[in-house]
Amino acid sequence: MDTIYKKIADIVGSNYVSNAAEELYIYSRDQGVQPARLPDYVVMPNSTEEVQKIVALANKEKIPIVPMGGALVLSGLTIPQRGGIVLDMKRMNRILEVNEKSHYAVVEAGTSQGMLQAYLKKHHPKLKHSVPDAPPVATIGGNIAIHGSGHLSQSEGGFHTEMVTGLEVVLASGEAVKLGSCSTVPKWFSRAPIPDLAGLFMGWNGTTGVITKIGLKLFPSPKLKDVMMFMTEDVDSITDILFRIIDTEMAEDIAFFVSPKPAYFEGYQLIMISVVANSEKEMKLRLELIRESVREYIDSKEAGFLPLPPYMKVKLVGAPQKNLSEFADVMKGGGFEYVGAIMPVESIPEAYRAGLEITSKHDITYSMGARIVGRGSCVMFYYAYPFNRADSKNIETVAKALEETNEKALEIGGIPWKTEISGQQLILERMEPGTYKMMTEIRKLLDPNGIMNPGNWEVQS
Amino acid sequence: MKQEYADIIHRCFRCGWCKLPTNYQDFNCPAYLKYRFETFSSGGRMWLLRAWLNGDITTSERLQQIFFSCVTCKNCVEACALPHIKDKLVDIFIAAREDLVEKSAVPPPVRDYLKAMSISGNPYKKPQAERGTWAEGLDIPKYTDQEYLFFVGDVGSYDEVGMKMARSVATLLSDTGVSFGILGEDETSDGNDVKALGEAGLYEHLAKQNIGILNERGVKKIITLSPHGYNAIKNEYPEAGGNFEVYHYTQVLGLMMNDTMPKGTLNAKVTFHDPCYLGRWNDEYWAPRFALGSIPGIELAEMDRNMKNALCCGGGGGNFFTDILGTGKDSAAQVRVSEAVETGAEILAVACPLCYKMLDDAVKAEDLGEKIRVMDVAEIVNESRK
Amino acid sequence: MYELKFDPAICEKCKSCDCIMKCQYIDMDLEKAKEEHRKLVRGEDSEILTQCVTCYACEEYCPYHNHPFYLIVERQEEKGIHPVPKPIEKSQVVMMAPKGRIGEKAAAEPVINLCYFPMLKGSISGKLYEGTSLILGSDIFCNLMFLHFARNSVIKERLPAMMDNIMKYHLNPGGAKEFICYHDECYGTYTSWAPAFGMEVPFKPIHLFDFLYNRLKELKSDIKPLNIKVAYQRPCSSRLCPEMDHFVDDIFELIGVERPEREYDRENALCCGGVLEAQQRFDLTEENQTKNIEDMKATGATHCVFNCPFCFFTLMGKVSEKGMTPILMSDLCRMALGE
Repeated sequence: MDTIYKKIADIVGSNYVSNAAEELYIYSRDQGVQPARLPDYVVMPNSTEEVQKIVALANKEKIPIVPMGGALVLSGLTIPQRGGIVLDMKRMNRILEVNEKSHYAVVEAGTSQGMLQAYLKKHHPKLKHSVPDAPPVATIGGNIAIHGSGHLSQSEGGFHTEMVTGLEVVLASGEAVKLGSCSTVPKWFSRAPIPDLAGLFMGWNGTTGVITKIGLKLFPSPKLKDVMMFMTEDVDSITDILFRIIDTEMAEDIAFFVSPKPAYFEGYQLIMISVVANSEKEMKLRLELIRESVREYIDSKEAGFLPLPPYMKVKLVGAPQKNLSEFADVMKGGGFEYVGAIMPVESIPEAYRAGLEITSKHDITYSMGARIVGRGSCVMFYYAYPFNRADSKNIETVAKALEETNEKALEIGGIPWKTEISGQQLILERMEPGTYKMMTEIRKLLDPNGIMNPGNWEVQS
Repeated sequence: MKQEYADIIHRCFRCGWCKLPTNYQDFNCPAYLKYRFETFSSGGRMWLLRAWLNGDITTSERLQQIFFSCVTCKNCVEACALPHIKDKLVDIFIAAREDLVEKSAVPPPVRDYLKAMSISGNPYKKPQAERGTWAEGLDIPKYTDQEYLFFVGDVGSYDEVGMKMARSVATLLSDTGVSFGILGEDETSDGNDVKALGEAGLYEHLAKQNIGILNERGVKKIITLSPHGYNAIKNEYPEAGGNFEVYHYTQVLGLMMNDTMPKGTLNAKVTFHDPCYLGRWNDEYWAPRFALGSIPGIELAEMDRNMKNALCCGGGGGNFFTDILGTGKDSAAQVRVSEAVETGAEILAVACPLCYKMLDDAVKAEDLGEKIRVMDVAEIVNESRK
Repeated sequence: MYELKFDPAICEKCKSCDCIMKCQYIDMDLEKAKEEHRKLVRGEDSEILTQCVTCYACEEYCPYHNHPFYLIVERQEEKGIHPVPKPIEKSQVVMMAPKGRIGEKAAAEPVINLCYFPMLKGSISGKLYEGTSLILGSDIFCNLMFLHFARNSVIKERLPAMMDNIMKYHLNPGGAKEFICYHDECYGTYTSWAPAFGMEVPFKPIHLFDFLYNRLKELKSDIKPLNIKVAYQRPCSSRLCPEMDHFVDDIFELIGVERPEREYDRENALCCGGVLEAQQRFDLTEENQTKNIEDMKATGATHCVFNCPFCFFTLMGKVSEKGMTPILMSDLCRMALGE
C-alpha cells in the first residue's frame, strides 16, 4: 500500500483522504479553461493540528501541497501544477467567535461565505460581513488568499483582505502561527499596531502557507435595502458619474456593468447602486443625495435612473446574486471565465473599449463591468466570457481572448486579479526586479522545499 | 443514457449552489454532507458522469458508491442556479444508475436489495402472505367497494416501526370516518425506490402488477401511508396505464377531513420534518402542518431548514434499504435530529415510515432520547385523544 | 400620413381651457394657460411641453374631444423634447419592439388580448374565462406606452403591423371579429388614438370591464358578495375611455364591493408614479404615491384594485406596506366567484 496515503490516513482518517480516480479527476480541474493536472491525493483536514501534520509530512517528503476552498476561482489556482496534495479545507468550517461588541468574527478558513452569512443573520442580525459575488459555497479563506472583494465594497476597507483583523497560518515547516492582535492577546480585533505579517499570506494564492483561521471585520446590517440603476450611453462620462455617486458616501456597493444581452441593454452602461438604511427617513435622504449628485446628467436627458419593478429589485438586493451563475449557461455550455483586473477608476472607458475590441475580434459574447472597491481608488474590472464546455474550439478561443485581455489590462495600467499562471507571468515580467526578488526570498525562507502551491507566482523557465 | 440527458450534462457549471439550502446555513445534500469530497455533490456527479460517458474514467466501485449515495432528495433541484438543467438533475442521476444497473455495476447492498425485490417482492425477503399482518387485530376490512384503498407499502408492511405507523394511521382514518379497505397479502411493492435505484425493468414489472390488481379490484381512490408510494402512484403510474386519485394520508387528515378527524388536547411543542417525496417531489408542505396545527395545545416550531429547504433524513433514493451513506456524526439523520432538538420541541413529527425509522435510529445514536421522540402525525393525533 | 385630427378653431373659441386648467401637474392662471396653449397650437415652444407628465388626463378634460394630449405629444416629438432620459427611452423602444415570433394561432371568440403581459397568463383562468382564447405578445402589442416617451412616431410605425398580425394570425383563422382588451390602454389605442390619427381598426375592441360585468351577470348565482371596501386606482389609459368608468361601479355592485368616495378617484385620479419615476420626477412620484395611498387608507379600504398591470407592479409594495391588499380587477372578480 502507498505509504504516503497511509500516513495521511493516519492523520485525517481514511474517509478523508482519497487517491481514487474519481476524486483525482474532479480535483484536477476547475470551471474555467485552464488545463487539468492530476493531484496525487485529495485530503480534507478537520483541524489546524491535522493541517500541521499534513504539511509537515508533505515538507518532509517534498510533496507539493495546494490549499483549496470553495474551488470557485475559475482561473486554475487550485489545479495542482506539479501534482501532490490538494488540501480541501471545507471541513474546517467552524465559526469560532462573533464579537458583537467589537464587530469582528473569527472563523475557520473553510467556512463558507453563505454559512457565515446565515449564522450572522440568525444569531447577530445587526451585523454582516462582505460577501463576494461568488456562489455562497465560496470560502472565507479562499477569498482572502486571493484578495477578494465584495458587496460591501464601499465600506471602509475595500478589498476583503483589508477587512482581515488577524490570521492563523500553518507554515511549510508545519508550525502554526498567529498574526495580528491574536498573536499577543486573546482577541482578534486588529492587525495593528504590531508589524503586519498577515500580508505575507494574502494575495499569495497559498504559496506561502495554509490559512487556517481568520479574524474578519463585521459591518452593520441595516434592515432596509434598496437598489438604484443609473443608465447612460456615454462611457466617457462614467468616471465622473461614479465619483459623484461615490463621493456622496451614501451607497453600500457600487458596480458598473455592460452586456450585449438582453438586446435592449446593448450599447448602454449601467451603474447599480446598493443603498441600505435603518429607517425610511434615512433611506429617502440617501436616495435623494445620490440622485442629486447626478442631477446635471438627468437634466441633460443624457442619463437617468431606470425604474425597477419590485420583482427585479428583490433579485438585485440579494448578495450574492444567484443569476450571476446563470451566465455560465449563455453558450448552453456550463462555463465561463473572466479576467478581473484591478485598475484605477479612470481607466474604465479604455478598459471597456478594449473589451469590445477583443470580443469582437474573437467573435465571442461577454459581460463586462466593474465593482468600485473602497471609496474609489480602484475598481475590479471584469471581462467575463462564457464558453461551451463541450466545444473544445470554443474553449481555445476563449482561452486566447482571456490571455489577450490580461495583456491589454496590464497595458492600460491595470493588474489582473487572481490570474491564471500565464497571467501571473505577464505580471512578473513587468514587476520591478527588486520586488520579485523579495517575493522569491520570502518564499525561500518560508518554504525552502518549494512545496506550497508551486508554479504560482514564479517566473517559468 | 437518454439523449435528452446526454445533451445537457456538460451544462453544469459546478458552482455549488446545489450543496446548500436557500438560507445557506449548512450543507443540505446528504451525500456531500457525509463524504465532503466534491465528487459527492450533485455538481461533482454531473462532471463525473460526463467523464464516465466520455471514457475518461472507468466503472469503478468508487463511481458506483458516488452514484448510489444520492438520496434523490431534490435539494439540488431546488437550489441549482441553472434553469435549463435544474429540474433534470435527479432524473439524470437515476438514468446514470440505470446504466450502471444494466452493466451489473452496483454496490453489493444495492444488488442485494434488487435481488430481494425481484425474488421476494419485498426488501425484507419475507413471505408475501405476511404483508397484511400489520393490521392484525385492527378489524380493517379487505378492499371491496369502499371509497378508498389504503396502500401501505413495503416499510409499513414489514418493518417494525413502519407497521406501528401503519396501525396508527389506519386507526385514525377509521375513526375519522374514512371508508377504506386494504389489499393485505395482495398488495405489491409500489416500486418507487426500485425505480430510484435504477432498476427500470423491475419497477415496470412491479407497477404493472400493482396496476393490474388495483384495476381488477375497481380501485379509484388511494390513500398511501408512504410519500414514496404516493409519488410512484401519482406521478409514475399514469405512464404505465394506472390512473388513480391518490392522496397521502396527511392530506386526508389535514385538508380533506380535518373537521371530522377526532382530536383531543396535547400540550407539546412539535417540529415537523418534511419528507422529500411529499415536499420537494410533490409540493405538499401544508397538509401535515394543518393536521398537527388543528390539535389544541400543540405548538408548532419550525426547524431553520424546513419545507423546500428541509434536510432529507438520508433514507431516500433507496438508501433506506442499501445504507450506502451509513451512520455517523455527518449523516443526514443525525444532523437532522440535532436540528430538531435545537427548536426546543419534544416531539419530532414525521409523515413517512422511512423518515420515521431513520430519525428514530438517529435519536438513539445521538443519545437524544431524553429530549425528543419521533412520532408520526397520526400517532400524535391519537396521543391527543388519550 | 396619420395626421392628428385636431381642430385649432375649437381651441381658439374655447373659453375654459380645461385641458390645462384641470391639469393636476401644471399650475397656470387662465390667461397664461390660454397663451401657452396657443403657442402649442402654433407649434412654438411652450412650458407645457416640459411640464407635462404625460398622464393622459387632458384627453378626458377637454369637453370638445379635441385631443389636447395627443397634440402635446406630437409637439414634444417635433421639438425633440424627451420626457424620459434618452438612453432609457431608446432602450424601451428596443425592449418593446416586435420580436417576430408570432405564428398562426386561431382565436375563437371570446378572445382575450393580454397585450404584452406574459407574466399575467395565470390570471386568465377560472369560470370568468372559461371558453376564451388568449392572444398576447410583442407582435400584437399596441405600443401606446410610447406616448409617455413623446414617441408617437413609434406607435404610428408599429401599430398598423400589430393590427395586421392580430387579424392574420389570430382573428381571421379563428373567425373572430372582436376581442377583449385586458389592458384598457389597448382599448384606448383602438377607440381613441387610432381614430384620432385616422388609422382604421379592422376589429371591434371590447373593454375588459364590459366583459367582466357581463360574465359576472351570467355567473350571478356563483357570486359570494365580498362585502369589502376597495379603493380603485384609475390609470392614465382610462382617460382615453372615461365612458367605461361606470363599469367599475357596476361590477362592484354585482360582487358586493364598496367603492369609497375619495379625493383621488374618478376625474381627480392620480398617476401611480411609475411614469413619473421614469421621467426622473422623484419628488413628485413620492408626493403622489404618498397622498394617493393615504387617501385610500383613510377610506378604510382593505384592498386596492388595479385596472392597469403597470400601476399594479408600481404600487403593489407600497399598498401592501400600508396594510391593504393590491389586486387586479380581474382577480377581484374571481375572488367573488370563490376562486
